[in-house]
Amino acid sequence: MAMARKSAASALAGAGKRMMSAKSGWWTHVEPAPRDPILGVTENFLKDSHPSKMNVGVGAYRNNEGKPVVLECVRKAEAKIAGSDLMEYLPMGGNVKFNDLSVQLAYGENAECLESKRVASIQALSGTGACRLLAEFQKRFQPDSQILIPVPTWANHHNIWKDAHVKAQTYRYYDPKTKGLDFSGLVEDIKNAPSGSFVLLHACAHNPTGVDPTAEQWREISAVMKKKEHFAFFDMAYQGFASGDCEKDAQAIRIFMEDGHQIGCAQSFAKNMGLYGQRIGCLSIITDDQTQAATVKTQLQLICRPMYSNPPVHGALIVQTILSNPELKQLWLQEVKGMADRIISMRHALRENLEKAGSQLSWQHITNQIGMFCYSGMTPEQVDRLTNEYHVYMTRNGRISMAGVTTKNVEYLANAIHEVTK
Amino acid sequence: MKSSSFLCLSHLVHNVYQSGCINYFADVTCVSLQRLLEARVYGESETFPVVNAFDSMASLNLSSAAGAGSYFAHVEQAPEDPILGITVAFNKDPSPVKVNLGVGAYRTEDGKPLVLDVVRQAEQQLISDESRNKEYLGITGITHFNRLSAQLILGSDSPAIAEKRVATAQCLSGTGSLRVGGEFLARHHSGPKIIYVPSPTWGNHFKIFPFAGLETKTYRYYDPKTKGLDYEGLLEDLRAAPKGAVVLLHACAHNPTGVDPSQEQWEGIRRVIREEKQLLPFFDSAYQGFASGSLDTDAWAVRRFVSDGGEVFAAQSYAKNMGLYGERVGALSIIVKEAGIATRVESQLKLVIRPMYSSPPTHGAAIVTRILSSKKLFDEWKVELKSMADRIISMRHELFEALKARQTPGNWEHILNQIGMFTFTGLSREQVEYMTREFHIYMTLDGRISMAGLNSQNVPQLADAMHSAVVDFPQSSK
Repeated sequence: MAMARKSAASALAGAGKRMMSAKSGWWTHVEPAPRDPILGVTENFLKDSHPSKMNVGVGAYRNNEGKPVVLECVRKAEAKIAGSDLMEYLPMGGNVKFNDLSVQLAYGENAECLESKRVASIQALSGTGACRLLAEFQKRFQPDSQILIPVPTWANHHNIWKDAHVKAQTYRYYDPKTKGLDFSGLVEDIKNAPSGSFVLLHACAHNPTGVDPTAEQWREISAVMKKKEHFAFFDMAYQGFASGDCEKDAQAIRIFMEDGHQIGCAQSFAKNMGLYGQRIGCLSIITDDQTQAATVKTQLQLICRPMYSNPPVHGALIVQTILSNPELKQLWLQEVKGMADRIISMRHALRENLEKAGSQLSWQHITNQIGMFCYSGMTPEQVDRLTNEYHVYMTRNGRISMAGVTTKNVEYLANAIHEVTK
Repeated sequence: MKSSSFLCLSHLVHNVYQSGCINYFADVTCVSLQRLLEARVYGESETFPVVNAFDSMASLNLSSAAGAGSYFAHVEQAPEDPILGITVAFNKDPSPVKVNLGVGAYRTEDGKPLVLDVVRQAEQQLISDESRNKEYLGITGITHFNRLSAQLILGSDSPAIAEKRVATAQCLSGTGSLRVGGEFLARHHSGPKIIYVPSPTWGNHFKIFPFAGLETKTYRYYDPKTKGLDYEGLLEDLRAAPKGAVVLLHACAHNPTGVDPSQEQWEGIRRVIREEKQLLPFFDSAYQGFASGSLDTDAWAVRRFVSDGGEVFAAQSYAKNMGLYGERVGALSIIVKEAGIATRVESQLKLVIRPMYSSPPTHGAAIVTRILSSKKLFDEWKVELKSMADRIISMRHELFEALKARQTPGNWEHILNQIGMFTFTGLSREQVEYMTREFHIYMTLDGRISMAGLNSQNVPQLADAMHSAVVDFPQSSK
């Protein structure tokens, strides 16, 4: 972003001279943007022809053959809906049935806030889109507030709130010494933030560290935030995918709801239903009552209209079909548990192989952390060696996407990591 | 309500947005905001008294909810979208003879939505293709789709494509393409960050560009006297624009008027834009193939501008011409002077898209790619497209004949002369409200009707309604 701003500034400086020349065009001053750190990894991986190359970069699930997976429940749902006459525009707020099913999943089917209809929910373009809607909404209706973002976090979080022109501050989260949670640092930073701040929380399977607070820690965080009158915004991209149990993965949200927080939540179905490219997610906000929920929804719609008018129909229909059909829903729950279980077994396998390779370092964080990612603790230089010498592709913050690990390549990976860290 | 000088809504919103005082939305009544939106949508040019937004923002309560519940208690109900709100009202009407001529979505002779046969075929192919997965697309979407889209609008033999001077990004239909293009311009345009849109234009243009960060102004376009193009006014306004400003042009089938420049007039417009003012043209192409029935004819204006070697932005939508409305399929193409620039431009587009939605949705674009890359499906598509366009044109004739048969006062030739999905009838707001009330005809208050909503069954009813409205409110006709 900084690069873009600088070039814009220097562009303005030279604008007078440049503008008038019909020959040179308008864009000679445009600088190449930096590669997206995450998606750039896959680009480089694809270019590599080495037979042992491994992609543990982007967080998309792979099966034990290293292949992407279309869930069986998704195939069945698609077969049901194919060729239906349902390509008309959705309303700006998206597929209403989908929204209802989504929030039931997030808040629990019998949640009081759902019964009293005081949840505003709107179909969004996966997790990114949901976060962006919230950020824009925050800018409009709480313009003086800032967003507190954990360190580290998914890099795109910073871009989202920046593009929405919301001031951001960070709070401590990851402790490199323990490779776990810096709980006292987290609490201190949240206490020191101005009252009424918006706090971005990863509901489960923190990205990129895999480090989640315990239930007791969540309770304490909830209490501190209540005192400070902070707004809790949960980014939940891995419900079901972390532990294999949807209710368990939503426990932080349940705790906050019990404490009376009126939270916001961004849900994504990219990972837990394997619907990455469909861009299907949901933004929800708990409000005072039914009227206010409807009102908030109309304002959220005003943000969508000049961005993309209304959201895509297909992904929402798939999710709706699965969640509203008991058989398909059961199948999905089994399949998501299957994915989670494979990830967990790969964590164990990686740790065992590292210990077997004779590493003197502690690797227990690999099995303590949860979800798709493992924050290995490797330095950027070690990562570079891993890529250049062993053709293992990952982001330079040392984040390993466990989804890219299989029974066939876990030993190779363990040896490579051992070599660059010993 | 205080009177003050006319504030361009976009300017107002832009200022308010910049100053952070977005609680304008809380303190200004919804009615006045609605009226402002209508004023811009319907191109009313008279000075319009508005509440001075800054006077009314006296007591902004920006604090959070102080422990007592919601952070958003102060949020006011947003006004209905003027266009989509018509369908909402239509759905509520219990009358068995109601007619929806509001939103521009194609309907068959039976009044049903249409899924094109080629789309069904493409979808079946996708479903049965086991090798397909649902992985993330790249930030700018399906590469093949982008290439095919650029070829569709620019012509497969376009030198710009051969010379690699085109950066294309798959976006969310027309709206998404315009928004991404607008954001790019707001960040990188070295000319004035102003976009000129025709008066009138699709209402959402007035929201997209300000929120993208561009000042939005208008140029004269529609002449209510002739119900045709105000060509001289258009040229005059473009000549008055600052050098290097951006000009939004409807590639064909202007929405809402259906009034398109002739080829000669396009030439005159092009000369002013290129030679006199070095303005940057931004085409909104939502109806290629749907207007005349010919893909090439409907892209003529875009191709003419590209052929002079100058730079062009083009937003494409597949909502109407492939009936993929809800799938949100479109593309933004930026044609630049050199190949190196195109690469850098594409990288900057990614920075706009990533924090908005990361990457576009696969399904619709995959369908389009199948259709455009298969000779069989492409040829079949052209046939289906032509028959949609033909049906629209025949509805124009039927309506015209029906009014003639009733000897409805006034000149109704414009119904035949205008092109595309919409007809700008010239009916006044009063007449429209009357038609809705008495005849259950749903249409936008600017007098625009969606021809797609007409069929042999309901044309007589519309003709009756129009006749009655004109006869009962003769003075109100524009």
